[in-house]
Amino acid sequence: MTGQTLFRRLALVPLTLFTVALVVFVLLRIIPGDPALLMAGPGATAADLQSIREGFGLDKPIMTQFGQWLLDLTHGDLGRSISFRADVVSVVAQRMPPTLELVFLALVIAVVLGGGLALLGTYYRGGKIEWLVDGFIALFQSVPDFLLALLLILLFTVATSLLPGSGRIDPALPVQFKTQFYIFESLVRGQFSILLGLLAHAILPAIALALPFASMIARVLKASLGDVERQDYAVMARARGYSERRILMVESLPNAVIPTAALTGIQLTFLLAGTVLVERIFAYPGIGNLAVDAVASRDLPLLQGIILAFAVLFVVVNLVSDLIVISLNPRLRNG
Amino acid sequence: MANITHSSYLARLPRLRRPAWRVKLGNRVVMGGAIVLAVCGSAILAPLLTGHSPIEQDLMNALMPPFWLSGGDISYPLGTDDLGRDILSRLLYGARITMTIALLSATFSCLIGSAVGLTAGFYGGVVDQIVSRMIDTWVAFPPVLLAIVLSAMLGAGMTSIVIAIVVVDWTRFARIVRSEAQVQAQMDYVAASRILGLGRGAIMILEVLPNVLPLIITLFTVEMGIAAVVESVLSFAGESVAGDYPTWGSMIAAGRGNIHHGWWMLVFPSACLILTVLSFNLLGDGLRRVFDPVHR
Repeated sequence: MTGQTLFRRLALVPLTLFTVALVVFVLLRIIPGDPALLMAGPGATAADLQSIREGFGLDKPIMTQFGQWLLDLTHGDLGRSISFRADVVSVVAQRMPPTLELVFLALVIAVVLGGGLALLGTYYRGGKIEWLVDGFIALFQSVPDFLLALLLILLFTVATSLLPGSGRIDPALPVQFKTQFYIFESLVRGQFSILLGLLAHAILPAIALALPFASMIARVLKASLGDVERQDYAVMARARGYSERRILMVESLPNAVIPTAALTGIQLTFLLAGTVLVERIFAYPGIGNLAVDAVASRDLPLLQGIILAFAVLFVVVNLVSDLIVISLNPRLRNG
Repeated sequence: MANITHSSYLARLPRLRRPAWRVKLGNRVVMGGAIVLAVCGSAILAPLLTGHSPIEQDLMNALMPPFWLSGGDISYPLGTDDLGRDILSRLLYGARITMTIALLSATFSCLIGSAVGLTAGFYGGVVDQIVSRMIDTWVAFPPVLLAIVLSAMLGAGMTSIVIAIVVVDWTRFARIVRSEAQVQAQMDYVAASRILGLGRGAIMILEVLPNVLPLIITLFTVEMGIAAVVESVLSFAGESVAGDYPTWGSMIAAGRGNIHHGWWMLVFPSACLILTVLSFNLLGDGLRRVFDPVHR
């Protein structure tokens, strides 16, 4: 991708986000189920409902509501959540950090595991180990993350009680955090026993998210390693008598990593999307779990805010992964 | 060494252990196809394979374990759920819903996505610009969340699930078919057809489409697996086929609720779903190899 196309991509970001906002807004207005009725609760009079509708602007035409919403958005205001009775921005901001920590943890596990398996499978090709690696790839490509989450709970929480199966932190811990990034904060502060407790809660959902992702990374990296190995420079290195290990790590890997990095970036959005169900299953207080709550309670302002937050994340992830691919590939750097 | 003849070479070749059709199709297609056929077959033959009704409750025998565990009974081979319903019959009847939804939603996403992608990739220009912007927008949505919102919006029932899956997943076909059609449009045979006097529409349908078709078939197979998962996700999120008609997703959801009392309620439907997705992936992967001349 040249600098010019990158600039074009950047210019399209606001347009994409605007379209997402518009589609979401219109879509959510067609959902059956009166949010005013849900808010007011049982025993509300018609006058109560009317005043709620007026209060939230639900009685105006959709496009007027959208215009007002956009206008507020320019002031950093996404409206008020109906079910939380609080600012959508502050609710989303509070639930975003746990999800980011979880996704980061899953990403690390997936890259280490997937990369390691691809290298192992290539180094020991033709043997039992390659067969095992291929089996891992085929199996975990086919196990959806939400099933993995359930089976992990069954194994590690119900059958063996090795790890906690719900929540983010042991509620009995007398601990105060300044930020919502608990894992990061406890690491910085050096509170390692608390960190361990946090990781114990996060590890199962992170593994559930990471295993399908790791299998994707392993599949792509292994395939590119196989392609790269037949290139002239690898043959040359072999002819010079370099060890297989050196050829793999020094000659093949840097070249094979580029297509993998490109695809990892694209697929990272699937990992983010996977948090919706996995967080739900582990009762992990992140934005994905919040999204399911918002659908169930027909909390339109909140749902709009969450989907917009996801869209921003997705667009940023795609852009960043493009940038990383450009910086990895010398041929694209000065395009 | 002129006396080494053809026949002596042939004699030294290992005997082909596999029949020619298996070599040609490859293990993946044969294995994946066999499992897919088995699942479809047991879905169709469900009434013959089990004596129990999938919705008949037997509260005296609730949460009975599979027959090989103590307390199990061979008349309920895979045990019963919390309402005393036979797990095996629910799995068999559930396969009907799963397979129907997978087939319908893969077919419609395939038709819509491929048509849009083929047109955009082949014609380029304004059409391509519009389609690309649409795909950009779609890709910015979290797919699972979008499907849940859509099915909440459309209400319970099979049609709304199929619509939700198609609306979310048509871009999968559109994206890939578009880029392949773009490549094909630059090929010499397209230019040759133009010189022969074929119109652009005719070239797209008669010349380009057959060359993109193997890709579409492979995508279709993989999409069947994806659709089966999404159906389960929606059932799991409580937005699926209404009533007590069994689906694998609703069985998994019930299994989650009873995770402390009966692991079999969770494990058997999960295994069915994984096996089905695995076989669709194998089939898709195998077909890709069969169609790809480099692999052949």
